[in-house]
Amino acid sequence: MANLAAVVGIGQTKYTTKRGDVSIAGLVREAAQNALDDAGLNWNDIDAVILGKAPDMFEGVIMPEIYLTDALGCNGKPMLRVHTAGSVGGSTAIVAASHIQSGTFRRVLTVAFEKQSESNAMWALSSPQPFSTHLNAGAGGYFAPIIREYIRRSNAPRDVGIKVAVKDRLHGARNPLAHLQRPDITMKEVEESFMLWDPIRFLESCPSSDGACAMVIACEELAEQGPKAPAWIRGVAMRSEPTMYAGREEVSPQAGKDCAADVYKQAGISDPRKDLDCAEVYVPFSWYEPMWLENLGFAPEGEGWKLTMDGATSLDEGGDIPWNPSGGVLSSNPIGASGMIRFAEAARQVRGDAGDHQVEGARLALGHAYGGGAQFFAMWVVGAEKA
Amino acid sequence: MSDQREPITGIDVPISLKYNFTAGAGPARFLSQVRKGVLTGQRCPRCEQVYIPPRGSCAACGVPTEEEVVLADKATVQSFTIVSIPIPTNPIEPPYIIANLVADGANISFIHLMSDCVNEEVRIGQRVQAVWKPEEEWDYAMDNIRYFTPIDEPDVPADKIGKLPVSGWGA
Amino acid sequence: MKQIAIVAFHQSRAVADAGACNEVEMIMPVLSEVYQQVGINNAQDVDFVCSGSCDYLQGAAFAFVAGVDALGAVPPIKESHVEMDAAWAVYESILKIRMGHADSALIYGFGKSSPGELPIVLSQQLDPYYLAPQWVDTISLAALQARLMLEQGKLTERDMAEVVSRSRRNALNNPNAQLAGDISAEDVLADEMYLSPLRKADCCPVSDGASAMIICTVEKAQQWGVPFALITGIDHRIETHNLGMRDLTDSVSTRLAAEGAGVADGSVDVAELYAPFSHQEIILARALGLDEGTSVNPSGGVLAGNLMMASGLSRIGEVFQRIVSGEAQRGVAHATSGPCLQHNLVTVVEKA
Repeated sequence: MANLAAVVGIGQTKYTTKRGDVSIAGLVREAAQNALDDAGLNWNDIDAVILGKAPDMFEGVIMPEIYLTDALGCNGKPMLRVHTAGSVGGSTAIVAASHIQSGTFRRVLTVAFEKQSESNAMWALSSPQPFSTHLNAGAGGYFAPIIREYIRRSNAPRDVGIKVAVKDRLHGARNPLAHLQRPDITMKEVEESFMLWDPIRFLESCPSSDGACAMVIACEELAEQGPKAPAWIRGVAMRSEPTMYAGREEVSPQAGKDCAADVYKQAGISDPRKDLDCAEVYVPFSWYEPMWLENLGFAPEGEGWKLTMDGATSLDEGGDIPWNPSGGVLSSNPIGASGMIRFAEAARQVRGDAGDHQVEGARLALGHAYGGGAQFFAMWVVGAEKA
Repeated sequence: MSDQREPITGIDVPISLKYNFTAGAGPARFLSQVRKGVLTGQRCPRCEQVYIPPRGSCAACGVPTEEEVVLADKATVQSFTIVSIPIPTNPIEPPYIIANLVADGANISFIHLMSDCVNEEVRIGQRVQAVWKPEEEWDYAMDNIRYFTPIDEPDVPADKIGKLPVSGWGA
Repeated sequence: MKQIAIVAFHQSRAVADAGACNEVEMIMPVLSEVYQQVGINNAQDVDFVCSGSCDYLQGAAFAFVAGVDALGAVPPIKESHVEMDAAWAVYESILKIRMGHADSALIYGFGKSSPGELPIVLSQQLDPYYLAPQWVDTISLAALQARLMLEQGKLTERDMAEVVSRSRRNALNNPNAQLAGDISAEDVLADEMYLSPLRKADCCPVSDGASAMIICTVEKAQQWGVPFALITGIDHRIETHNLGMRDLTDSVSTRLAAEGAGVADGSVDVAELYAPFSHQEIILARALGLDEGTSVNPSGGVLAGNLMMASGLSRIGEVFQRIVSGEAQRGVAHATSGPCLQHNLVTVVEKA
């Protein structure tokens, strides 16, 4: 049996287009310091550091843990660097948790980041390779046809994506750290925004952000001594499948279903919509909310969009299962950190420490991240109680 | 010089690294055929699905794909997107259509351009055929096919996409 | 704490250029070798998979995603990846087993370094604001380190040449070695300088290849009914990136890791050290407290062939093979990352 572990400190930076005032090291340091402050700890209290980020080509720094060890107070300690594509923020948190759950360490720091202003993600994702057609118009170009297939199958009304785009930005307006602050956004504005990759409009896509997120994860004994309520890690799961294979289900990938089933089982969840109080789910393009609602078992197949349209996932509409109360990836997207932000925001909810985007009485929350061609999944469930 | 200059917050440091790209043994066999204007898939010895372009393995089974299968240059639209932004390094002008296409005889889609079509009429299940560059321009690249264009054949129902024999559909 | 067993290991031949092979094609054969060693079909038959690779070796993002194509990951598997040498993937996998989320794990590392100019590529590991723009390559940094050793009288050029000579001679018995030969220290010293004070032979070659390992609980190893060795200690430490603040003639992080792994708790029959440069083997042997009783790099070490992202894993594998064959009772494997041995991992492997 795994040892109990809990999140005892959370630190984030203010997400924004460009943090010209800090270097990459300064950015990760800021998030880490915030997490330590939140936990009432200092650098000497940390046994090991686990770092995550999306491909090194984004910033052009190979294996950046080598350069960042000084900024993260890791000298003389173990440093591990995780990379599982877009899911990396989530995977990194899970690997960090395993340092505690395995009984190997008592308290670790985990950090994920992306400084998109010092990188060119579109280039890194589309760097032409000889022999193949150069048609990778960024992530949107890859996911748009999959979304189109979802719409065909589910017969979802055309404005579902628009609704999600508005809802998550209104959530984001409650979160001072969110990159996009759009309390005045309207359905009409989203609908009239530029169609980038049909059916994905500009305002249905995530922004490009600078930012870092950090957490301190501790063993049971130390977690109980912290100044603030811990978020107990009730389940962790990861699943991978190949990008392309004959007959692959791309709209609702099996890896996502299996990962959810695994994490729910560990957390004793039989009906996610009922048993969970809220979820922070990786939705970089608005249509992925209804798609993941189905993939994660919150709605039957083909009916995820109904929850969205009914307002079930909206904090402002008093929905029963708010999704992305922080504003989600649609409001802030420092790619490598985006998964960890989901995990950290889930923890903030069950700690009762989410400020204006707090879901009232949240006791159990899901953090979710995915990456690659929707083929890598990482999830955790955190709770206010140990079991 | 004034002391009032803005502080320097960043510098540009271009990075340039040179690589000799290797396609892989399996993909190289495919590219040698494309060079001659022939689309070949590779069949998995275990699950018997046909891959194009082959990448060296059947990703589902984790085994090399050895057997070559000549495919048609007709295909079915599995899905698509109309893109309104330019692609870095590609001269094509938006809006253009990028489609996931499954060649007849193959079981997996590849990405290619669709053109010579009314964008608003493109649909899942639509039948298309390759429009090749002139033979003298052929190289070891999928770009030998300039784009795919709609042909006058009935649409393929969704559950049949990716399962057509090399002999095709309809007629 | 749960005991961890190594049950299988295989490495491809280290070659200067793997030719037409892409990464998937390089990985599949080594995976099928380790599957055969324990009698399983594919990655579906282990509980967890973890790999180590680096996108910049091949020059395209998501190298590890192609790696997944080699696994047979349908239905989906529990899988993770470190953008590090796969020795660190062993570390992650051990945590997974210790916490009870897996009884067995497949680990693989791969690197096709021949497509790029490796020493230049690795210069982009350095601080992006101050060092990387100067394109300081890894060999120059190692030469600086060797110079410090020489100037401070901590070794002689002959000591370095002897490391090379032993590596080449040991590699004669290693079918996977890229460089092997009956070469004396005099032969090495007769070579011209490459990047002073390093001769070409003091530097590891650039190699293509992959290696894979399967680890598991002792119960699982017994169930599989295959010979196994035990990982009795593993630890890794990093030190400052600021070269000016480090004593480059020592490896403080290796000392700490060795302490954490319990290297000194018994005699060390064999040690496989990831020393890409001859003088670094001497630094490491000292930091690990090894004496004449230890056979160092019987495989020839990475001077005989250096599979980036797999060499650290291979060091553990080499020790495992010597213990299972009865050549040794207890051994130490070392892996490194970063310029001038900045980050080091130490594993103690013992007879079961």
